[in-house]
Amino acid sequence: MSLTILDPTNEAVPVERQVSPRPETVKGKIAFLDISKNRGSVLLDRLQEAFEQRLPQIEITRYMKPTFSKPAPDDLRTDIASNNDFVVEALAD
Amino acid sequence: MNAVMPFSLSDVSGEKHVFSGDGQSLVCFIKEDCPTCREVMPLLDALQNYLDEKLEFHVLGQTQEGNAILEREFTPAFSIVDDSELKVSFETDIETVPALIWSDGTGSQKELIGFDRSEWQQLITTISSFNALQENEIEWSAFPEWRPGCGSLSVDPIHADRLRAESENSPIRARKIEIGVQDDEFEFMFDQGFSDGLPVIPPTAERVVRMLAGTSRDPQEVVAVMPPNMGEVTVEKIAINCVLAGCKPEYMPVVIAAVEAIATDDYNIHGVMATTMGASPVLVVNGPIRKKIGMNMGIGALGQGNRANATIGRAVRLVVRNVGGAIPGGTERSTLGNPMKFTMCFAEWEERSNWDPLHVERGFEPEDSVVTAFTMSSGPVLTTDESSLHGDLLAGTIAQCVQTILAPKAYGVTDCLIVVSPEHVDTFSRDEYQKADIRRRIQSVTQRTYREMIVDNISGSGLKPEIAAKMDEETLNKVVTKFGSDSNIHIVVAGSEAGKFSGCFHGWLTGPKGSIPVSRKIDER
Repeated sequence: MSLTILDPTNEAVPVERQVSPRPETVKGKIAFLDISKNRGSVLLDRLQEAFEQRLPQIEITRYMKPTFSKPAPDDLRTDIASNNDFVVEALAD
Repeated sequence: MNAVMPFSLSDVSGEKHVFSGDGQSLVCFIKEDCPTCREVMPLLDALQNYLDEKLEFHVLGQTQEGNAILEREFTPAFSIVDDSELKVSFETDIETVPALIWSDGTGSQKELIGFDRSEWQQLITTISSFNALQENEIEWSAFPEWRPGCGSLSVDPIHADRLRAESENSPIRARKIEIGVQDDEFEFMFDQGFSDGLPVIPPTAERVVRMLAGTSRDPQEVVAVMPPNMGEVTVEKIAINCVLAGCKPEYMPVVIAAVEAIATDDYNIHGVMATTMGASPVLVVNGPIRKKIGMNMGIGALGQGNRANATIGRAVRLVVRNVGGAIPGGTERSTLGNPMKFTMCFAEWEERSNWDPLHVERGFEPEDSVVTAFTMSSGPVLTTDESSLHGDLLAGTIAQCVQTILAPKAYGVTDCLIVVSPEHVDTFSRDEYQKADIRRRIQSVTQRTYREMIVDNISGSGLKPEIAAKMDEETLNKVVTKFGSDSNIHIVVAGSEAGKFSGCFHGWLTGPKGSIPVSRKIDER
């Protein structure tokens, strides 16, 4: 006789999303997100210098998560998504 | 007792008997191994003859084999309907057989259980007059005056949980997963990723229904939303994971309270699971429930061997894994991991010291049962001190040990949970040393100036020279303590009477940027 068990998971089926189209060239507004990890800002500073030298048609805005140990607040995510074309996130120390 | 539910069941010969429940009916529930049921068989035969034209008459038997035996022995004019699945018995809420139910077809019914001759006689007289029938010719004196009934199989513990799980108002809503006949259920659950790496108990509906009996909370109540996948944690999902973990139903209230605690923003289970530092919940239980459910706070309290300690902590972790979706290598990113990620839960031995226990320190009443969830990155780390005879010296040893938490010069960022053993409690008691004194002593022994925190040629961990260079003399001479506040030092009592060894769990990041310990009162209803 077969055994029937109950599902211990949340039973959610993840929604599949298309990756947004990748533009041929990088221009417009770029968000640089510092997640507040040690020395993440050092990495972003160097990247910003390199980006600004090589990609003159961009405008970089710096953002910062209050803490790396929690997901970014909704307001911050909305701000980044609605005001930028690209995001660069510095993940680690 | 409920109205008899409509049914379509077969008799011994396979013929279908359909009962709509609409008109007038007389239905009797029996089982073969009940002597009273056997005694009323000839009477049921007589009633069928007498009433069959006026109402629907059915006799439902509770086992297939028993029905066949009764038909063979008594050769009644009716066929016994097979309710061996016990669904009709269960839904009708039959607790005792024989149970005789007359429905007049207008919504009112009369019920008799067991056999009381005068009651049965009275009911048949009522039915006669209701149907304007002539006096019946049943020889009532052939039957005993009174016989007790027997327990219905539908309330037998062997069947009751299955019936409850399958019934119309079953508390079960979770998706059912059928394991193939050829599959080993334990291997199947490993394959599905439901396990922490150790075998889990198959969460059958019967087991989950039994687990739900440990709480009066609605099975569909959403207790928490569990990161990282923001899964809704219902009481039912907790019960399923409690079965997996090996809990007893009476542990449910503790697990529910612990899940509530870790799913708070303060506790930040998302970060606790995601961090590469390998942090994990450590649960401490206080109050009367410790003894009620047999938790260990004595010998080996922080180790293995006690079911409540082991499975409560495990159930909470399985909820995080299965409902929250925190899987090692996925959103659980710990560099090394630690064994507390399987389970870590114990009780405080409140009676072994004259100190306020943890939950009272945290604002609860002594008679409250409370679970407190800490986030710890390692432990329990042993502090050995068999020599200190005074509180100051013993607390000094503990201080020197906790100074190394995370790194010797990592200051002001973490918590610790110190577990003081009974022999060390006695050393402290000799000097009337209180928990507050231990905290002060730790802060005092571990205090350092910023100058002492500057990295040196022994370790590159500490205050960076370029930052120190910007500090003036006054700042460099300022003193900092290992813990941001005395309240980051948590102290409980546990362990056996023998051994001058205390334990310490080392914290993770404390405060709003990390994890703040959270206590929840345990709802024991």
